[in-house]
Amino acid sequence: MAENILDVSDSTFDSEVLKSDIPVLVDFWAPWCGPCKAIGPVIEEISKDYEGKVKFFKCNVDDNPVTPGNFGIRAIPTLLIFKGGEKLDQIVGMVDKAKIEETLNKSL
Amino acid sequence: MNSTDYDLVIIGGGPAGLTASIYAARARLNTLLLEKSAPGGQILVTDWIENYPGFPEGLSGADLVVKMTDQAKRFGVEIETNQVKSMDVADTVKKLVLNNRTVTCKAVIIATGASPRKLGVPGEEEFYGKGISTCATCDAPFFRNSVVAAIGGGDTAVQESIFLTRFVNKVYLIHRRDQLRATRILQERVLENDKIEIVWDSVLTSVNGSDAGVTGISVKNVKTGDVSELAVEGCFVWVGITPNTSFLNDAIQVDKGGFIVVNAKMETSISGVYAAGDVRNTPLRQVATAVGDSAIAAFEAANYIETLEGH
Repeated sequence: MAENILDVSDSTFDSEVLKSDIPVLVDFWAPWCGPCKAIGPVIEEISKDYEGKVKFFKCNVDDNPVTPGNFGIRAIPTLLIFKGGEKLDQIVGMVDKAKIEETLNKSL
Repeated sequence: MNSTDYDLVIIGGGPAGLTASIYAARARLNTLLLEKSAPGGQILVTDWIENYPGFPEGLSGADLVVKMTDQAKRFGVEIETNQVKSMDVADTVKKLVLNNRTVTCKAVIIATGASPRKLGVPGEEEFYGKGISTCATCDAPFFRNSVVAAIGGGDTAVQESIFLTRFVNKVYLIHRRDQLRATRILQERVLENDKIEIVWDSVLTSVNGSDAGVTGISVKNVKTGDVSELAVEGCFVWVGITPNTSFLNDAIQVDKGGFIVVNAKMETSISGVYAAGDVRNTPLRQVATAVGDSAIAAFEAANYIETLEGH
């Protein structure tokens, strides 16, 4: 896994994501989800282009049930974008790389 | 013949596009494979493929994609994450406008597949990802020990409903007719599954819920007109597919459903442009048929390019 995408857990979500001083993308995934595995490398590519501008995290929903529950997530992959502790956008399912970039750009 | 960036551009990285790329690479065509997201397409969401020959135990869609992608890469196929916004393919030099650049080529294979069709009922958009899903393998674990609905009666609806029963207590399978369209072996399995109750002759009319997500659905019996409410936490929609052809702009002939019309050579209404897999007009949409289409399309594209070059 690329080092610019770190794991975030239920216990670190507040400090890493909500208190971040720059926008954050969180990729909610699970090992049993085919599309999640497929979209991983796409997120990795994007994370390189946005280095320093947006923080990227992955959240395993199997190990961390509280956070996805708090955001009403019942489908993965789901990408949530945060800025200043607020959820800005939600992207559900396998989507185009361009769509993810477009949505991310709104947070900059 | 003017020189072009590529001999062949293949649009789409599902089983059809990946297969075409393998054949094209082995024919030594300078090939670009475009995939807008990640290779795989619809089979990524398929929990188990047990009718693709060569894998007697079956395998997951995701695993099959990895194997096909590895095979394509072994022959040097270049896979780029990009998508076609529009194309100008009438002449011998084909121009494709991508997100950030324009490429030229001699032949094109369209293998963009299809996406799950939406019903367009109230609540469907609103609750997408909050109870509405089209991917059982992704989302079934979010509905452990709950009651869900599945809409449809074809292979996908029936197979995925059976998969759902590994997690949920009950599945209402809502089908608009009085018999299923799914292949017989799947029908047998669904009829003997205690956790699945088939609601015949019925269509979904709305998905209901609150901020927290889906709480129920409304279904209408098409014979009696009666509308009833079913309390469910999830609703999986498998009512067919719609072709991914928005970039075509009427340049290529499609049928009434929007699927690309091809001949036995997988050639479209424009010479040098081929279509393969789920995006074309075909009576059956399977991995097995997609790979067959693509082998022919790549073979014919190679012949076409050779003719152009006057060999």
